[in-house]
Amino acid sequence: MKKESVPYISVFLICMVLWLMLTATFATDELISGFVIAVVVCVITAPRMQILNGLRLHLGAFPGVLAYLFYFLYALLKANLDLAKRVLSRNMHIHPQMVEIKTSMQSDLGKLFLANSITLTPGTLTVDVNDDKLLVHWIDCPEGADMKKITGEIIGQFEKYLKRFVK
Amino acid sequence: MMSLIGSIFLLIGAIFILLGAVGLLRMPDVYNRIQVGTKAVTLGTIGVVVGIIFIHPQWWSKLLVILGFVLLTSPVSSSAISRAFYRSGTKVWHKKRLAKTKPEQKGRAKE
Repeated sequence: MKKESVPYISVFLICMVLWLMLTATFATDELISGFVIAVVVCVITAPRMQILNGLRLHLGAFPGVLAYLFYFLYALLKANLDLAKRVLSRNMHIHPQMVEIKTSMQSDLGKLFLANSITLTPGTLTVDVNDDKLLVHWIDCPEGADMKKITGEIIGQFEKYLKRFVK
Repeated sequence: MMSLIGSIFLLIGAIFILLGAVGLLRMPDVYNRIQVGTKAVTLGTIGVVVGIIFIHPQWWSKLLVILGFVLLTSPVSSSAISRAFYRSGTKVWHKKRLAKTKPEQKGRAKE
């Protein structure tokens, strides 16, 4: 697949799926108007959607997205139980610290997804992104941990799952 | 039966939003508050929306769209807020630093 066609295809697919979900019907006239609108939006916006170049469009991407979503929901649930424990304990066990971690995601879209995932998982919040360094606020930083260990502990499995559908 | 499951999900969501509110009051500094506010409220919203899916199954697709928007935008906004605080020089809270805090930026208050 040509590199230039990726934004067009993905914008079109996103518009079409959104249209189908919001109208919630498969009636022919709705489908036709949705198709026309999706094409118009796609032609106007796709040349400016450089960020979508980070997507990998292939058949393996869809199960990749599903696997990522399930892992993400599991991590979110774990984060909230952890947080509930912290909030409700009498003296909160928190040792907040800013740490810097290194990511191997190349595209902006990949970094966006990774930063979002970090923000919603146990005790971490993405504060800033510089090139391949993410500045992360960690609510319970162990003493004297080095960057490599921190990176492994915070990113965890996310990069593996994300790399199936973004660069 | 469906409405019972839906109600349970609604209750779980509401509990997590309540936890978020409690955490917002108890946490010591702005970064921790943002963390609690983002995570608990996101999961709470997921719980509420899933509950509504069980009670009104015919709305499922629209509710899924809402869920997607919440999941995409809430971490981005909290990240932007915390970045603004970081750029303006807000320090991270430490237990030890509590003893020697001094009133800072007096000039700012007079303006």
